Amino acid sequence: MAAEAPSSATRIDVARALREGALAGLIAFGLFLPLIGFNTVQNIHNELVLETRWPLLAAMVAIMAIGRFLYALLVAPWRARLALRPRPEQVAVAPWRAALGRWVVPCALGFAVVYPPLALSLAGVQGAVKWIDNFGVQILIYVMLGWGLNIVVGLAGLLDLGYVAFYAVGAYSYALLAQAFGLSFWILLPLAGCLAAFWGMLLGFPVLRLRGDYLAIVTLAFGEIIRLVLINWVPVTNGYAGISGIPRPSFFGIPFNASDEGFAARFGLEFSPIYRTIFLYYLILALALITAALTVRMRRLPIGRAWEALREDEIACRSLGINTTNTKLTAFAIGAMFAGFAGSFFAARQGFISPESFTFMESAVIVAIVVLGGMGSLVGVAVAAVIMIGGTEIMRELDFLKIVFGRDFDPTQYRMLLFGFAMVLIMVWKPRGLIATRDPSTFLKERKSIAGSHVKEGHG
Amino acid sequence: MEVFIQQLINGITLGSIYGLIALGYTMVFGIIGMVNFAHGDVFMVSAFIALVTFLVLTTWLGIGSIVVALLIVLIVAMLLTSLVNWAIERIAYRPLRGSFRLAPLISAIGMSIFLSNFVQVAQGPRVKSIPPFFNEVIVLMTRDDGYEAAVSYKQIVVWLVTAALLAVFWFVVTRTALGRAQRACEQDQKMAALLGIDVDRTVSITFIIAAALAAVAGTMYLTYYGVVSFADGFVPGVKAFTAAVLGGIGSLPGAVVGGLLIGLVETMWSAYVSTDYKDVAAFSILAITMIFLPQGILGRPDVEKV
Amino acid sequence: MNGAGHDMAPILRVEHLDMRFGGLVAVNDLSFTAGRGDITALIGPNGAGKTTVFNCITGFYKPTEGRIALQYGDPGVWDELAALTDRGERSVARGDGVLFLLERMPDYLVTQQARVARTFQNIRLFQGMTVLENLLVAQHNPLMRASGFTLLGALGLPSYGQAERAAIDKAVYWLEKIALTARADDPAGELPYGDQRRLEIARAMCTDPVLLCLDEPAAGLNPHESAELRRYLHMIRSEHATSILLIEHDMSVVMEISDHIIVLDHGQKIADGTPDAIRNDPKVIAAYLGVEEEEVADVESEIP
Repeated sequence: MAAEAPSSATRIDVARALREGALAGLIAFGLFLPLIGFNTVQNIHNELVLETRWPLLAAMVAIMAIGRFLYALLVAPWRARLALRPRPEQVAVAPWRAALGRWVVPCALGFAVVYPPLALSLAGVQGAVKWIDNFGVQILIYVMLGWGLNIVVGLAGLLDLGYVAFYAVGAYSYALLAQAFGLSFWILLPLAGCLAAFWGMLLGFPVLRLRGDYLAIVTLAFGEIIRLVLINWVPVTNGYAGISGIPRPSFFGIPFNASDEGFAARFGLEFSPIYRTIFLYYLILALALITAALTVRMRRLPIGRAWEALREDEIACRSLGINTTNTKLTAFAIGAMFAGFAGSFFAARQGFISPESFTFMESAVIVAIVVLGGMGSLVGVAVAAVIMIGGTEIMRELDFLKIVFGRDFDPTQYRMLLFGFAMVLIMVWKPRGLIATRDPSTFLKERKSIAGSHVKEGHG
Repeated sequence: MEVFIQQLINGITLGSIYGLIALGYTMVFGIIGMVNFAHGDVFMVSAFIALVTFLVLTTWLGIGSIVVALLIVLIVAMLLTSLVNWAIERIAYRPLRGSFRLAPLISAIGMSIFLSNFVQVAQGPRVKSIPPFFNEVIVLMTRDDGYEAAVSYKQIVVWLVTAALLAVFWFVVTRTALGRAQRACEQDQKMAALLGIDVDRTVSITFIIAAALAAVAGTMYLTYYGVVSFADGFVPGVKAFTAAVLGGIGSLPGAVVGGLLIGLVETMWSAYVSTDYKDVAAFSILAITMIFLPQGILGRPDVEKV
Repeated sequence: MNGAGHDMAPILRVEHLDMRFGGLVAVNDLSFTAGRGDITALIGPNGAGKTTVFNCITGFYKPTEGRIALQYGDPGVWDELAALTDRGERSVARGDGVLFLLERMPDYLVTQQARVARTFQNIRLFQGMTVLENLLVAQHNPLMRASGFTLLGALGLPSYGQAERAAIDKAVYWLEKIALTARADDPAGELPYGDQRRLEIARAMCTDPVLLCLDEPAAGLNPHESAELRRYLHMIRSEHATSILLIEHDMSVVMEISDHIIVLDHGQKIADGTPDAIRNDPKVIAAYLGVEEEEVADVESEIP
């Protein structure tokens, strides 16, 4: 494909760039006219009338036109020239890159461990609560969910679009059991995980013989059914109002409150909500690391190898005597279990849960994190979670943009807009994900990374 | 009996709208083997485009005749929505065509999120409503307590427009060269390309037709219900997809049949059982269909070659 | 070198096998026997239904009608065949002999319990996994048991470590047989075509089968590689006491290596015998050339 690019593609051609820019502007005009050019508002008579936003429309059309013009003028010829250069054969990874790769994980772990004291020293007690909770804990929850779904999608190649259902089962079982039986967090956490795993098997059993897209759609349907049941089964789940007053986790029996038996009093410290926040942070960090450790271990066991073989070629697996239905069920159930753990943590951390936290969007975000991570790689999934969740949370901090765009500008509105756009962009840029290689689970002489072009995505 | 007739009428109307959207899903799946997650939101966007056009015509240009206005709205919505879908395909799906399966799916989900939030930001989160028109009804049967089973002019409009456009669509797909090219690409893309069919162009045109049908659905939705909201993409989208699957994904008549069935089931369920769980009914039908009859009613079973 | 197959009890008996897809009859009333320790070949023009027969034997298709019986261990258990058929069960054991009715078993059990392994026409290796990993996946079932179905393995108990080392040793044994030890850590997708074919056979052998079904193992191999393949199959038959059933188009391989050949055409058996008998059978020649038998006889009578 590259070698056949006509030589004219590498030349800088102003006329062509102008044409492309004009065309882009025209298309942008057609695209943006109805919904940006016009705004439907209600007047004082409560009727719907139209306002116009010609300046905004003109600006956007201009940006598209000029952007395309510059692209056609400068970037496209450069890329054409790049494509013409002979591509070197797959070279072994440069030694400095390999060395860097070995240090990435320990450094990241180290950073994660020292993050709370770091935040405390940089932002003070008040600021640190936000940084540790909204960023640290939030990101780690999604990292754990990503690692859990990674077993199903990344390793076994089963496309599950309803993962949030197991997250919800974990959260709601924790909430309901804690309120009904008053059991402690440490007992309920594994219990919620088991319940979620059980649901995983129950849901998995009828659907796991479906292939590819069909499995994806059914799991999506199941996820939505569970959410709708949560909304409508008011006597048990309290519907939209959710369940509140969920008991918070304690420091192995010592509650985090301002009383004399509280954590602060016991340790001779002044009361502050920061202690619970820090505890929660380390708790989710531990849970996530357990997920990762178990995944690494299972990859080396026959079950993990069977998952990856299943992703590569299910029929070959069956011809080797592997019961693929059981293999899929195991992946599903174990993935669900980790979601259940994460869900009960979530309920304990919030103190309040409602069906609004368990929408299809959540499943989509988690799937996006796993796909963006690439090749079933744990590191990739973690990086993807940091980028996507950290990115959207950072957007809340961009108040300084109000200076540029005026006081009515609310960056949080644009969070999801940019999120969706970023999903598209990232997929187009890196369709196989960030990590483009797969590491084998065992080796005879040396561990060689396998190029992503050989690794299959799975047919479900 | 009167209630049943009324629900039948309502169900067919709703089913027509679902069927039009379902056709879009089935066409795109048929030609590039991908579930276009964003299609429901394209439908929602088309409803908004129809809304804006309608307002321009009635409040700015002062066109008095509703029929004329609706006709123009239909055409404009079809044109502009086609442009939107064409752009979406070029940006988010074409670069990913090939052996990757997960990437186009995530891209489509991202596009769906982008579209609904775009409309929310651009037009505000409030529900938009227009003053009702075509309010006259034709009473069919009256019960003793005064309950009337009636078909409204609005519903007749929906039926007529849907039927007319389906006929045009059917003609295009079965009689024209374009339709043949499309069916060839559905069967075997490589072979079609080798025979000189421009696959890229055929795919683009498929997306344009899918969008046009969604635009008809969007305009009819606006006409029938009189309200639209940025969140109206997801649930109708999934229901329409359920319809496509029920009828047999890849089968054009199946999409229409599936749409009517889903519309009827939803309406009957709401009337006779409960309105709360009506969405659950749709999702459950989806799950049950895929588990027990994955090829749908009119589809062909998918046998994997060993 | 002949297996003593026809004198001993057979390993596989296919009786009145019918496979229909809707209106299409792919296999029509096929019966044949594969001798224990024999190399039996299934040949015939394209579309004759050979791979369909394989799929029926290995459990990937459920035959419309017919019985496929496989036995290993003490041959006395063949006496139980009629009773087993009537009982509606899948298998019966007597002494150390086991008898299976393959048409009643799903594909993975045919490999797991009946110890029938197969390769595929289009090579189904795990391309994204290394050569070594491919051979380890084949030993999934014994390794799963040794890992306590994952639970013990997750806890790091030594019994799994031993089992894994033994599995790697077995994999290395086969790697040496096919001279791929140096490439054990390379992805299977990067191997040249001939090596991939041999690896797929080695992977099938790692499941310890009594019957190895090979679907066109010589396809795409040059004469040197075909000779290697013949040696390989001889070794498998003699050193591992594995019976072989193979589909093949390459007549040099078939004629040199087979003890017994069955010829299919349009789903029906048209010949059954030793290579010499088949070579001269006019029906077979007619099937391959696509002409009527009488024409073949006419032409042959003209040749001095």
